[in-house]
Amino acid sequence: MLADQDRIFTNLYGQAPWTLEGARRRGVWDGTAALIQKGSAWIIDEVKTSGLRGRGGAGFATGLKWSFMPNPSDRPHYLVVNADESEPGTCKDRDILRFDPHRLIEGALLAASAIHAHSVYIYIRGEFVREARHLQYAIDEAYNAGLIGRNACGSGFDCDVVLHRGAGAYICGEESALLESLEGKKGQPRNKPPFPANAGLYNCPTTVNNVETIASVGEILRRGGAWYAGIGRPKNSGTKLFCISGHVNTPCTVEEEMGISLRELIDKHAGGVRGGWFNLLAVIPGGSSVPLLPKHICETAIMDYDGLRDAGSALGSAGVIVMDKSTDLIAAIARLSHFYMHESCGQCTPCREGTGWVWRMMERMVRGKATTEEIDTLWDATKEIEGRTICALGDAAAWPVQGLIRHFRPLMEARMRDAGRSV
Amino acid sequence: MNNAQPKSFFFAPENAVEAKKIIVKYPEGKQASAMLPLLDLAQRQHGGWLPRAAIVHVAEILDVPAIKAFEVASFYTMFNLEPVGKYLIQLCRTTPCWLKGGEDIARTCETRLGIKAGGTTPDGLFTIKEVECLGACVNAPVMQINDDYYEDLTPDSVMKILDDLAAGRQPKAGSQTGRCGSCACGKNGEGGEC
Repeated sequence: MLADQDRIFTNLYGQAPWTLEGARRRGVWDGTAALIQKGSAWIIDEVKTSGLRGRGGAGFATGLKWSFMPNPSDRPHYLVVNADESEPGTCKDRDILRFDPHRLIEGALLAASAIHAHSVYIYIRGEFVREARHLQYAIDEAYNAGLIGRNACGSGFDCDVVLHRGAGAYICGEESALLESLEGKKGQPRNKPPFPANAGLYNCPTTVNNVETIASVGEILRRGGAWYAGIGRPKNSGTKLFCISGHVNTPCTVEEEMGISLRELIDKHAGGVRGGWFNLLAVIPGGSSVPLLPKHICETAIMDYDGLRDAGSALGSAGVIVMDKSTDLIAAIARLSHFYMHESCGQCTPCREGTGWVWRMMERMVRGKATTEEIDTLWDATKEIEGRTICALGDAAAWPVQGLIRHFRPLMEARMRDAGRSV
Repeated sequence: MNNAQPKSFFFAPENAVEAKKIIVKYPEGKQASAMLPLLDLAQRQHGGWLPRAAIVHVAEILDVPAIKAFEVASFYTMFNLEPVGKYLIQLCRTTPCWLKGGEDIARTCETRLGIKAGGTTPDGLFTIKEVECLGACVNAPVMQINDDYYEDLTPDSVMKILDDLAAGRQPKAGSQTGRCGSCACGKNGEGGEC
């Protein structure tokens, strides 16, 4: 269990003021100039040592990602912070944005200095109007205090921070769609390569990082990469914000040590499963895009990248959706299929057409108005989407349905028998 | 409610100034980046929806073809291309809210207002829309009314919020059970003791 002194997000619930004065009391903006002056190579090395991996879902090593940025040239470099939090089950960045915005701004300044970027764009989902107001207020405070802008913190480094609001599109959380959107276009993902480090925003070298990733950087540099690496397991180090929603007694967002067991996470922080652990049916452990885990796997699941991969799922964005035995699991997954159908950007045919097919088949499965062979057809339909699209939304639409079929096929067949249409 | 497409649209003087301030946030020659913020500004000026003339006006300001602006306006869910009520109620329909009784919340709204999702009350006060995940899942069920989130809802608290709005009172946004953000503590209010 995470020790209190190892916590990074010490104002997760807005217990203390979120403004500059409150942030300074929590140690944010402490010695920032000295950290910048240690230089890009030192910062990247410390972040590599820390083992920090991207907290948005993909889990790519942050220090390594930064090292892909080219040396300074005549082209401007950009840091783009992905605050387009929209993955069902996930609401962690929201708490950083509204209750600890200075921690994000300081981290952005440090990261920008590491990748030689003098402009930071923070892309926040459009629905987060109040969160955007807090963040803009904090940005204004930081400018007025000389913490960002020209000669930020007195470090000699210039860095502007601009807040950009989205307008309602899950797909803009995909980094290249986000860049398109930031350029004023429809949010449709780009083909890769080229990767953003070579050709990102305005065709210039760009790094895109998640809010939680960037907001962790200040403490990692102050306390040292080795400190962070000592929390959790090797290659799965650090602290993590978990959002525990659904059928638990006290749903919450909580910062914990990576590698905590799923059961301990639910029991210690979310008051346990409604009706007790034995009333558990299944858990979606990492946001809607990852396969669900039936109860018998939940018994031993470890909440980090490797632990959940070994369990046949993924950590994703660590949105833990808990479902007890009262849940109509087929309907729960059908709702997610509707989500992906609605959010498909329409660019790739397998996703645009396939997500609609999958949802319509799932709706018939919910009512039991299908034959058992159609479960195989449904599986095939997900396989026609998976891996055949420009971005990962296609995979994300396929995996929850595949997880349902893999673990709960008898439940689906029973539904059809009950509806009197079995063959 | 006036459904008509106005013949022309121009930013009000204070919004024209605001638009200029937004455009200079982006590099020279990259003014198209101001597309989303300017469409949002236009929508706010025009009572919550974007008439065609406003989209054309924004395209002219940003020096992009009008079709590009129409593409954007029709791609993002927050741009309303038809009029909406004074209070736009967005009900989250995705799984985490559904698990916590989101359907009861939707039914309560529909019954209280006498309209279905997608509809607007005859007095032009309320529009109900079903939307996908609002991103406040540990405070489910959740709805958004205009700029504000209302969280930890029950049918009773929804009735109270709608009654308040109908009577011209501003209900308190955020958790309706007084939770401290997303904390498990259940204790009251921002700035309180956790």
